[in-house]
Amino acid sequence: MTDTTPSRFELARFERPSAISFLGYALGLVIIFWCLAGAGFSLEKVASSPPRFADFAARAFPPNLDPQVLSRLGWKMVETLQIAFAGAVIGVILSVPVALLAAKGLIAGPWVNQIVRTGLSFIRAVPDIAWALVFVVAVGLGPFAGMLAIVIDTIGFCGRFFADDMEATDKGPAESLTATGARKLDVVACATIPGSLPAFISTSLFALEKAVRSSTILGLVGAGGIGIELKVGFDLFDYPTAMTVILMIAVVVIGIELVSGWARTKIIGEQR
Amino acid sequence: MRDTLSSTISSVTDLLLRRQAAPDVLTEQTGAAFAPVSPVEIEACAVSKTFGATRIFSDVSFRLARGEATALVGANGTGKSTLLRCLMGLIPTSGGSVYLLGQPTNEVAGREMRNIRAQVGLVSQKHNLVPRLSVLSNVLHGLLGKHPGIRHWSHSLAPQSSRETAMQALERVGLADFAHRRADRLSGGQSQRVAIARAIVGAPKILFADEPCASLDPSAGEDVMELFFRLVRDENVTVVFTSHNIEHALKYGDRVLGLAQGRIQLDATAASLSSADLRGLYD
Repeated sequence: MTDTTPSRFELARFERPSAISFLGYALGLVIIFWCLAGAGFSLEKVASSPPRFADFAARAFPPNLDPQVLSRLGWKMVETLQIAFAGAVIGVILSVPVALLAAKGLIAGPWVNQIVRTGLSFIRAVPDIAWALVFVVAVGLGPFAGMLAIVIDTIGFCGRFFADDMEATDKGPAESLTATGARKLDVVACATIPGSLPAFISTSLFALEKAVRSSTILGLVGAGGIGIELKVGFDLFDYPTAMTVILMIAVVVIGIELVSGWARTKIIGEQR
Repeated sequence: MRDTLSSTISSVTDLLLRRQAAPDVLTEQTGAAFAPVSPVEIEACAVSKTFGATRIFSDVSFRLARGEATALVGANGTGKSTLLRCLMGLIPTSGGSVYLLGQPTNEVAGREMRNIRAQVGLVSQKHNLVPRLSVLSNVLHGLLGKHPGIRHWSHSLAPQSSRETAMQALERVGLADFAHRRADRLSGGQSQRVAIARAIVGAPKILFADEPCASLDPSAGEDVMELFFRLVRDENVTVVFTSHNIEHALKYGDRVLGLAQGRIQLDATAASLSSADLRGLYD
């Protein structure tokens, strides 16, 4: 009797999907088309957009390089970075105690963990521009409202990821200290946080990049920074100035990402 | 498979019979299974542990006297490390009781539990040092049970007396010159010696060691075991260590407990056993 079973070298490349899998794929396609319809997707508009974009580019280039404009925009960019740095640093510092309460099995019980994590989810669910609007109402127009928006946004981001980092860190050192009678707070301070430090630094640098990106548009709602210049440029059809703002934002954001990437490699690379 | 299992059980049964026949150097024959001459420091009474529906071990009972070094041996997956964690109260037992220094660990919690643990040290297979901190800070952390608080979080903040105690512990393991080196810049053997210094810095009455030389090469492993037992024997510390190294179990243990098929299948003095006897547990 010959063995008709294919050897493991002759197995089919693709498997026929089961009925449920097939229905799943079909449903996925329907959802994608439904979303495209809801988003007003139009091939006609896509086809007609290049001439309009070319018209905008023709009116925006060359960018406005007038020294007075550059000086004004430069100072607005400095203010943008001040909002981003101050907000990110305060947010990162406040995230540590919040994350300690959110992380499972560290210092707080499961109910506290869940409540804090739900609070962090709420913070993340509200976009930074909406937080800026809230703080403009609360503390008035200006960069302080923007900074507060960045602080709260950073807590939502870092609080969650710091908590995840601490939960994922090697439990061995913490166990060794627990076994010798150390308190939970001492174990967290001496084993969990130092063990999570590389991940904290990496997350904080991402938070800083995010803060810089966010702070460039907070001005759109009057929360300080260079965003207001972008809005005014478009409102007044001063496309060359608007283009200058866009290019400045791009240069600064890319610069921050490069510096942050270098710092991340430098700091985490030391960890063996 | 079945043959192997039955031969293991029969060899272990033979050993148990031999153990009952042989006088135990650390116990008196008073009618009870074990009546230690020295005060009992660790006692397990019908301890069992399950994870979900999986039974790891059950009905584990023994009493370990002060100054006794006990080797816990058994094949992979028999629950040696789990039993060690149950003894330390790091994970709850599913049944039975554990007494450390006369206190029932499953009945105490919080400060009371920490007070018991302050008299205990742990040396793990993976050393479990905090990599980014200095060697001295890592050793100082061994004092946190007795001196909680921020002053023992780092060598920069520590009081002079604690720094001296930690330096003495490092001196005893021969690494005083490495006090300010980062822990992740040490070799495996050096890391384990720092872990030993951290375990002994608080002058514990009981030391648990979970395969202390499993991650080291044979020579470094031998050095670490020599050092570890030289230090603890001087202080009359009670030691429970797990090991896959049969020679280590017989050389450094006064007593050997063998776990197999979820039970203590062997409980005998090391002097009454040979390597061949222990190999049965690994078949």
